[in-house]
Amino acid sequence: MKHTITAIVGNKVGVLARIVGLFSSRGFNIDSLNVGETDNPNLSRLTIVVNGDDAVLEQVRKQLGKVIDVLKVSDLTNQPYVERDLMLVKVNAPPGKRNEILEVVDIFRGKIVDVGQKEMIVELSGTEDKVAAMLKLLQPYGIKETARTGQIAMLRGTK
Amino acid sequence: MIEGRRTRKGCGYIYIFNFGTFAEVSKDFLNKMAKTGAQILIDTLINQGVEYVFGIPGGAVLPLFDTLYSSPIKFILTRHEQGAGHAADGFARATGKVGVCMVTSGPGATNLTTAIATAFMDSVPIVAITGQVKTNLIGNDAFQEADVMGITRSITKHSYLVNRLDDLPRIIHEAFYIASTGRCGPVVIDLPVDITMKCSDSAPPGAIDLPGYKPRYYGNPRQIKLAAEAINKSKRPVLYTGGGIILSGCSQELLELAEKANVPVTTTLMGLGGFPETNSLSLGMLGMHGTGYANHSVQESDLLIAVGARFDDRVTGKTDEFAPNAEIIHIDIDPASISKNVQVDIPVVGDAKNILIELVKHVRFEERKEWFDQINEWKEKYPLSYDNKGDDVKPQYVVEQIYEATNGNAIITTEVGQNQMWAAHYYTFTRPRTFISSGGLGTMGYGFPAAIGAQLGCPDKTVIDIAGDGSFQMNIQELATAVHYKLPVKVAILNNGYLGMVRQWQELFYNKRYSHTRLHDNPDFVKIAEAYGARGFLIDKKKDVRPVIEEALSIKGPVVMDFKVTAEENVFPMVPTGQAINRMIGGMA
Ligand SMILES: Cc1ncc(C[n+]2csc(CCOP(=O)(O)OP(=O)(O)O)c2C)c(N)n1
Ligand SMILES: [Mg+2]
Repeated sequence: MKHTITAIVGNKVGVLARIVGLFSSRGFNIDSLNVGETDNPNLSRLTIVVNGDDAVLEQVRKQLGKVIDVLKVSDLTNQPYVERDLMLVKVNAPPGKRNEILEVVDIFRGKIVDVGQKEMIVELSGTEDKVAAMLKLLQPYGIKETARTGQIAMLRGTK
Repeated sequence: MIEGRRTRKGCGYIYIFNFGTFAEVSKDFLNKMAKTGAQILIDTLINQGVEYVFGIPGGAVLPLFDTLYSSPIKFILTRHEQGAGHAADGFARATGKVGVCMVTSGPGATNLTTAIATAFMDSVPIVAITGQVKTNLIGNDAFQEADVMGITRSITKHSYLVNRLDDLPRIIHEAFYIASTGRCGPVVIDLPVDITMKCSDSAPPGAIDLPGYKPRYYGNPRQIKLAAEAINKSKRPVLYTGGGIILSGCSQELLELAEKANVPVTTTLMGLGGFPETNSLSLGMLGMHGTGYANHSVQESDLLIAVGARFDDRVTGKTDEFAPNAEIIHIDIDPASISKNVQVDIPVVGDAKNILIELVKHVRFEERKEWFDQINEWKEKYPLSYDNKGDDVKPQYVVEQIYEATNGNAIITTEVGQNQMWAAHYYTFTRPRTFISSGGLGTMGYGFPAAIGAQLGCPDKTVIDIAGDGSFQMNIQELATAVHYKLPVKVAILNNGYLGMVRQWQELFYNKRYSHTRLHDNPDFVKIAEAYGARGFLIDKKKDVRPVIEEALSIKGPVVMDFKVTAEENVFPMVPTGQAINRMIGGMA
């Protein structure tokens, strides 16, 4: 089953390699991995989305907690949480098609962040489903490039 | 490649060789008050109380070795880095202190990896300092470069690459702290040569800064109460104890618990010595080569109290049939050990010693007559035994004679294979830190260098490596180390002319097809011992066994005893892999 795991880690050499190693050594493919600084510049927050056997993932979660520079680990799966994925997509946009594309982007509450001669860059954030849905609608115009942050997530409320 | 000019200037030497000329740091050298990185490292080690360092020098650690040359630290030069790592490990297991080894970059570090993995699997506190190429050459395939952080990541508790001299004292203190607290384990410090040559006059004291590392030392009182209640109402309890007893130093507390609550105790291989096998509550070892009475007791128990043990597959056999009717209490310092292989009912996370101290207060004596009657019946029906009627030298007999000749007071190290299991079965262990063996990784070649480390740590003890002819040859070169430092370690080779344990499996499960397990052209071990300057004895008659052991024990230097034992003797009882542990073969069904 799909798990969303977040971890607060110290910004130290080798932490990320150790964390990734815990998954790869067990043959798990990480679906997405996001790392970003927290409000404390010495700490980063990681969000890992991975598919796998629940019992094995529970073991991985415990092993993650043992990594010396990991301060906190939570498996958000089965808890109420907010998730977002941010995507930049460069789509073919000859002048005649621009209005159509704008409409699609509007429906998803995306933003045009750059317009060139023949293409534009669209920014969209949302759940993975929403991002995937817009991508599908943009496909017919010809997608030149995409960049995604992968999922970031946070528990709702205080806990 | 590393010969070069050496000139004295300022606070230290300047080395000019192809690792670089270090002109960029020469101005620091003029500062007379400053210390080099090497000096800071050695001073910090001394500050940590380090007495011995094991290893081999090389280009990337020349500055460190130059500083060692005039330091009070006793450096033990082994003949292979694997030997250095195992010696540091043996020292740690025998003394409870952190073992330290120091090797050069590239091949020095890769040679050390087996020893690091061995220490990791058995939770042994060692700090390994590996030289590294200059900081600005890292990643360039420089001469003798290896990605030590990458190679050792999964076999260390933690690892450091030192990027700045100012971090060095902190990193060393953290390494010792991490290695020796919580669930112990090896820590690697990868140290680029330029850092050791840089000078600093303001090296910070190096306070530990580990916000993510918080081992839990005290068990949850509610869980401890639950555990005590379960023990008090159990009719057929068994204590299943592992290496954690020894690491935590709680054999006394374990004895108190067992006697106060009246519960029989079985130990894992790693737990041998944690509970006196002379005590009537002792069931000996459990698992694949466990005693019949230990395995039957575990299988029939209604409560299993695991302390500092990790439900290894060599212990549990088929996990779904392991102790099928038992409620399980698991006391362990490592939360990741809980319910890893077997579902646990009452977990208590913390240091075993603190938890047992609390637990003892809440348990009461229960007679459990039926249970002990049953256990005694098993003890009578399935004693550990071997056929000693003939004239040939039985390996089990040799171990028994070693036990008697040393009054059970020796530190026994072992190699891996049949020799290891016979040592476990036929030497009666009564004290912690007297049985030293590679359990988790099962590293052949471990026992002899580990004996060297143990002997240095415990100079007044008799240290004996119970060896196999195959394993001993994997680190036989350390004879030179034992001779050089005049260490009175004894090696008792149970020489069966085979990679015996593998041969046993081939005999039992592969139709006696002895594929590549014959060692019929073994060297003359007596001559080898003598060539190294040690003493050697060959024993091929039963009547000579005891006298030769006595003589060897009276010799002050290293001795190799080559016991020509029954070639195709097997280790019994045995549980075939993947079976429940009461499905033993070897007269134990
Ligand atoms: C480094 C290493 N290589 C291979 C093995 C696999 N192995 C386990 S026991 C054994 C045979 C050991 O032979 P010996 O040292 O003569 O001991 P015996 O079983 O004969 O007492 C082997 C090859 C191992 N454990 N370690
Ligand atoms: Mg052998």
